[in-house]
Amino acid sequence: MTFRQEMKKALLTSAWFVFLTFPILVIRVNTIENVIEWRWLNMMWIAAGSFILSLLWSFYFGRKTGDPGKKTEAFAPADKAGSLFRNPRFRMPALVLTALFATAFPFLFSVYQTSIMTTALMYVVLGLGLNIIVGLAGLLNLGYVAFYAVGAYSYALLHYHFGLGFWVVLPLGGLLATLFAILLGFPVLRLRGDYLAIVTLGFGEIVRLILENWNEFSFGPSGISNIPRPGLLGLDLNLDTATIYLYYLMIGLCLITIFVFGRIRDSRIGRALIALREDEIACQAMGIDKARTKLLAFALGSTWAGLMGVIFAAKTTFVNPASFTFLESAMILSIVVLGGMGSILGVVLGAFLLILLPEYLRAFSDYRMLLFGTTMVIMMIFRPQGIITGIRRTYQFRGGSIDGATAGK
Amino acid sequence: MERQQENKGETILEVRRLSMDFGGIRALEGIDLVVQTDQIMALIGPNGAGKTTFFNCITGFYEPTAGDIFIAPPGGKRKRINGLKVDRITSLGLARTFQNTRIFPNMTVLENVMIGRHCRSKAGVLGAVLRGRETLREEAEIVERSYEILAKMGLASRVNELAKNLPYGEARRLEIARAMATEPFLLMLDEPAAGMNPQETKELDDLILRLRSEEGISILLIEHDMRLVMSVSDHICVMDYGEKIAEGTPQEIRRSERVIKAYLGEDSDA
Repeated sequence: MTFRQEMKKALLTSAWFVFLTFPILVIRVNTIENVIEWRWLNMMWIAAGSFILSLLWSFYFGRKTGDPGKKTEAFAPADKAGSLFRNPRFRMPALVLTALFATAFPFLFSVYQTSIMTTALMYVVLGLGLNIIVGLAGLLNLGYVAFYAVGAYSYALLHYHFGLGFWVVLPLGGLLATLFAILLGFPVLRLRGDYLAIVTLGFGEIVRLILENWNEFSFGPSGISNIPRPGLLGLDLNLDTATIYLYYLMIGLCLITIFVFGRIRDSRIGRALIALREDEIACQAMGIDKARTKLLAFALGSTWAGLMGVIFAAKTTFVNPASFTFLESAMILSIVVLGGMGSILGVVLGAFLLILLPEYLRAFSDYRMLLFGTTMVIMMIFRPQGIITGIRRTYQFRGGSIDGATAGK
Repeated sequence: MERQQENKGETILEVRRLSMDFGGIRALEGIDLVVQTDQIMALIGPNGAGKTTFFNCITGFYEPTAGDIFIAPPGGKRKRINGLKVDRITSLGLARTFQNTRIFPNMTVLENVMIGRHCRSKAGVLGAVLRGRETLREEAEIVERSYEILAKMGLASRVNELAKNLPYGEARRLEIARAMATEPFLLMLDEPAAGMNPQETKELDDLILRLRSEEGISILLIEHDMRLVMSVSDHICVMDYGEKIAEGTPQEIRRSERVIKAYLGEDSDA
């Protein structure tokens, strides 16, 4: 596009914006003095702002849609970031540094910071769990938070009624969430895409509404309090040490999740899940049991939510239905989408970005949702595959022998 | 044609009086078909004759309204497969390709074929996580077998490429490779030559014959390319409006008045 054309387009855009915003931003009816104020300055700002934005937009966007050769170039830097993590010479030191930093974190920063970091780690696990369902198997699940709630309430209720401790309930919570996932899985086996999304969304809401309204069972909106924090060999921990303890516990769980996720992804089961995402019909024709594989995806993904639910209950020592709204599901889904479907590193980065940034940018908390939305829109336009793309395992064949080389775990 | 073997092979697929209704529309009307070991059978007919519907019935995508389908793996037991699930039929030894190629676009070429090995392997979740010796061995075997198949199909240099980046002809070959990975005794190809140029069709021709001679499998194919059909198949079944109108060797089909009228047209008596 020539410069003239672009200017013309930008002018048109700004005129359009001025026209659209004119009634709300320019005219103000002063009802007390019965006069109309004309805020021409506002109009100037809108005109100038939209003009410049439009120019910038066409500059970047034009480059993207321009010609295919250039397109790949525009994507190159971002993909380089991905391949940098795959480079073993960078990878090892980076991993060691991260490990050292993670170990030293509670001693370097305050308990408050540690607590925030624990939350972020929890979302890493939740993101990876959902990544099995959405990223690998391609089943859009908008009710993931329901399984999180199942985990949290199983700890709260089992402790309340039977006095069971954290370490007993942790596996039980995971198991119960798996069970619920299979229960949900059965009716939705035939669905996919939008229909599945709507049903899972409904399921999430049903669980929350049950918790909110069935007072005899879940104590309604007032929730359950006085849930004990996890104990360490019978020692009595104060709030600070308990927070630090939980932090290390989460680091451990995170590592386990990453390990398990990676192993599942690079296995026969993982391949079946990915094939299910790619083409359901061809997948069946290849001898993969669709129903079983879908249930497996739900079960494998939801277990993590159940575990995190137990941790959540132990961390806050209080659960009520307000913690398990749709917004929470959307948050976890955003982590997966922003980070990159099927990718581990992507989800880790996504979780840290989406959980930590809002914490540290409290000053802008009024604009949080606005920024969130803008970031998402920009991501979808410029990098729809997420920060880090899921990486495929590659093999080298030399005279019959196989070298399996896995990259970017 | 010397290919017309008098081979009194075993019957491996037997379809009897197969009918399929969609609502009030009868798509298939009492089709009989027998495929024997070592046979290449072609299914031809004008568009909408019900060929693909027939395929879908046999492979379990549709449940036939009436009739029976029996399979008998060479040396195995005869079994009725009506109404079995698709994946079950595949693991019994019937593999198919699709009219519009259905490869897994975002998986590598090798992974595509590895998926085909799914029903011949059994590692579960626990095996995946623990990655014990048995799982590792099985995994290595899957990779090796898949690579062998790809090498046979002439796709060895493409193993690590994403399937969506393959040119059309290779994508179709990949689909056949993937089907072969399920170790079928009968391979069903739905218009394998559709959209191929003459050179690619010639290669496909060789490939189909090689599959039979080297792998010892039978092939049932739907095809519109008459040259391909006439050169590879030893038996041809002609369908029109959901009915079988003729069956026989290529020569017989070529001479059949009814087929010429219904399908080949008046002057294609080549």
